[in-house]
Amino acid sequence: MPFKRYVEIGRVALVNYGKDYGKLVVIVDVIDQNRALVDAPDMVRGQMNFKRLTLTDITIEISRTPKKKDLVKAMEAADVKNKWENSSWGRKFIVQKRRAALNDFDRFKLMLAKIKKASLVREELAKLKKAAA
Amino acid sequence: MSYKFHQYQVVGRGLPSETDEHPKIYRMKLWATNEVRAKSKFWYFLRKLKKVKKSNGQMLAINEIFEKNPTTIKNYGIWLRYQSRTGYHNMYKEYRDTTLNGGIEQMYTEMGSRHRVRNHCIQIIKTATIPAKLCKRESTKQFHNSKIKFPLVSKKVRPPSRKLKTTYKASKPNLFV
Repeated sequence: MPFKRYVEIGRVALVNYGKDYGKLVVIVDVIDQNRALVDAPDMVRGQMNFKRLTLTDITIEISRTPKKKDLVKAMEAADVKNKWENSSWGRKFIVQKRRAALNDFDRFKLMLAKIKKASLVREELAKLKKAAA
Repeated sequence: MSYKFHQYQVVGRGLPSETDEHPKIYRMKLWATNEVRAKSKFWYFLRKLKKVKKSNGQMLAINEIFEKNPTTIKNYGIWLRYQSRTGYHNMYKEYRDTTLNGGIEQMYTEMGSRHRVRNHCIQIIKTATIPAKLCKRESTKQFHNSKIKFPLVSKKVRPPSRKLKTTYKASKPNLFV
């Protein structure tokens, strides 16, 4: 029941709505109860409503409103990218994005791969059944 | 971020005449939704201060003023005069925002919600960027903390775009953060 993820300076959050959907941003300062000043290496520092952010478990060591260089350095030091891509949430998110970006040919290939995988599984299952019988 | 109210610098003077070859030039910084309204507001205020009207005056310049540092948070103090149902009152309000236009917009919406004052009944007397030490209101001072930390108490579950919105959902969402 107690809270584990806090809005604090250095908290990494995922944007879950709007133009910057899917981006990882760092909370660099808090404007007021509803908004944070948010920054990422590839965007201009700007304000964002907390309703658009989902907090992650990752935090980085920065002081209030750091320079862009210091922010990038701190993100490298905390290895945000790898931590995100290796976390279960991060991996699922990447898979979701990949699935959403499939074109028709990719979906065809996916269908063939699924059929192949299913046939292999059934082969093994048949062998096991025979051995057990 | 598009703001409803834009800040304009309006410069105007009375028309030159035989008695006054070089009339004094007046400059005002005011907020309006567009340039046309800004010019109109300029004459409204100038009429109240000097003996000059739009018909015997000329507009010299109107420029929009943009925020110099929209990436830093500032505390804005706004002095205003507003008309309530029973008379005129002065007020001082504080807002925390990245841009002055954002602070002004917050002020207009707050005046509308808290006091039922419509936009045209509000006159902005003065605005200033207040250093943190001189802020008067607790609601702005509570954010003057370099180690600010608080949890988000309730999560808002919504689809990432309006297109994916559905009327019915299979299960109740989990609102714990």
